[in-house]
Amino acid sequence: MTTTDIRSEKRGVLASALITLGRLGVSLFVPIVAFGILWAGFIFLRDSNASQAVIAIVAIIWGVGGVAMLFWVTDWLVNRAPLSVAKKLQPFVFVGPALAILAWYLFVPTMRSLYLSFFDAQSNNFVKLDNYIFAFTDAKMLESFVNNLMWIVLGTGGAVGFGLLIALMADRVKLEKVYKSLIFMPMAISFVGAGVIWRFVYAYKPAGEDQIGLLNAIVTLFGGEPQAWFTMAGWNNVFLIVILVWLQTGYAMVIISAALKGVPSSIIEAGRIDGASEIRIIRSIIIPFIASTLVTVSTTIVIISLKIFDIVFTMTNGNYGTEVIASMQYKQMFRFYHYGRGSAIAMVLVIAVIPVMWYNLRQFSKREGF
Amino acid sequence: MTSIAQKKQNRWNLVVNLILLVIVILWSIPIIGLLISSIRPQDDVLSTGWWSAFSENSGFTLDNYKRVLGGSEHTFVNSAGDTVRASGDNLGRAFINSFTVTIPSVIIPILIAAAAAFGFAWMIFPGRKLFFTIVVALLVVPLQIALIPILRDYQSLGLTGSYLGIWLAHTGFGLPLGIYLLYNYISTIPRDVFESAFLDGARPMVVFARLVLPLSVPAIASLAIFQFLWVWNDLLVALVFLGGTNDVAVLTQRLANMVGSRGQDWHLLTAGAFIAMIVPLLVFFALQRYFVQGLMAGSVKG
Repeated sequence: MTTTDIRSEKRGVLASALITLGRLGVSLFVPIVAFGILWAGFIFLRDSNASQAVIAIVAIIWGVGGVAMLFWVTDWLVNRAPLSVAKKLQPFVFVGPALAILAWYLFVPTMRSLYLSFFDAQSNNFVKLDNYIFAFTDAKMLESFVNNLMWIVLGTGGAVGFGLLIALMADRVKLEKVYKSLIFMPMAISFVGAGVIWRFVYAYKPAGEDQIGLLNAIVTLFGGEPQAWFTMAGWNNVFLIVILVWLQTGYAMVIISAALKGVPSSIIEAGRIDGASEIRIIRSIIIPFIASTLVTVSTTIVIISLKIFDIVFTMTNGNYGTEVIASMQYKQMFRFYHYGRGSAIAMVLVIAVIPVMWYNLRQFSKREGF
Repeated sequence: MTSIAQKKQNRWNLVVNLILLVIVILWSIPIIGLLISSIRPQDDVLSTGWWSAFSENSGFTLDNYKRVLGGSEHTFVNSAGDTVRASGDNLGRAFINSFTVTIPSVIIPILIAAAAAFGFAWMIFPGRKLFFTIVVALLVVPLQIALIPILRDYQSLGLTGSYLGIWLAHTGFGLPLGIYLLYNYISTIPRDVFESAFLDGARPMVVFARLVLPLSVPAIASLAIFQFLWVWNDLLVALVFLGGTNDVAVLTQRLANMVGSRGQDWHLLTAGAFIAMIVPLLVFFALQRYFVQGLMAGSVKG
């Protein structure tokens, strides 16, 4: 080996060390700059006195651009790593953020709520099953179970029943699209907005005065006494459930209607030729054919009814015997600041959806390609 | 077909049409009542039913909207019994807040969900099946379960009442459905579309941005409408994570407050409710087709 060789080798080592250092520097520099930009945006948003609209626009650009930038920077970083490492890391550039957020917001909270549900209001002392005993014996809780059951049975039954009826009828007329659009429209309205709409329908004024609520106006028109609908024990729940039915029927109708289009017309024709009545055809051919769709739609509305909160919160705030599980949970959290009970009630909701979860997982595991 | 059968068919059609008409009218009346009331003068709204607007004809006005949007200086007692002074920009501000909360809460989860769906559909990594199973399981988990733990995190991170906090919350709660819907779509894109790009040496991120996202526009549109309606109309998540200050409160919160504090001021409530409804209704009618597609693709949400 000659001296020049050694020298060039030395220079090579030095150069490659410098290059590595440089690469490392750049690798650090880019994320730091990215972080700096995000931080500056955060400070601006926190401290700025600019007009509301300006802040809103900056907030939107900062939030959305920030996420895109984070994706870009992590991808850039991973691609600077040696090829074998990069290949292993690559999938997690895509899946990682979602998994991290899911873990933080849903997966771990389930465990944490389970843990908290065994502790007292401030989560300091272990109280064994006390919170669950409360959840299953407290009078208000029992009331909310009964009410939720009512929501599930009447709400789901009403929405799916009406949805099926309307879908079947609309399938047979020319103006199908118009009818369906109008029935579907409430889907776009919030539970709170629907609450205001229906409060107005149910509005009550003492007898003798002009009624401004439609329902009482009709009642008095036929010579009845005006009623304060929200304080009628038992029935008030039904009046609230009507709102859910009004909102969700469109959803049921749209899905069922699509399933109806999938029923082969040859079978229906065959039934007609055999002289079956329209009712008979619906009962014996169409319903069995769309049974799985009916199950899916019902499941979705059952879950919505189970978690119902907004309607009760805005209409009666759980008074007059209209409490539901979700409103009880909210009250335990924000009125009584009892995190133990709040968590236990949330766990009750989770336990209630386990059958659906199990069903979904079974369907999923049957799927090919995974 | 004989003429008797034809006649019978016609009569049947007429009956069905009539029944549908009655149902549609029943369904629309509550909204029509709200709309008419919101443009009637205050005294009329409070003294007579909206249906008498046609017979009395004391004119229509936009005053209710002006008052609700602009808001005059006034004090009132809220549901908790405190006297609150409301001033200046009332629902106008909440309207902008709703947009500020909603737009990133729609785009961020879609970006993240699309990336994850691409990863699940086209990449092989350890734990792939397990992670996706968890996503499917989380589809129906009620978000109530996360409220207390996440609220505690937010309190220690100083994220309560911040936009970032609620964006992330909506992202977290919207991700399972987003990943699930987009996976169903992205996994059906033909393999050769990617293969040629990979052969040309394109990085996965480039393939994702240049090929997958543009090809998934129909699925993304459905998901976007879904998520938009969900976030815009949400009350619970906003109540818990944004808190009650009027600076950041969204329309649903303000409307719920109005119901509590001014439950008898029907002229204001009706106008307020319509303001909260107008944007989702426009989105709904403009993009109904995509919305229906989204509903079909999977409709369970936690």
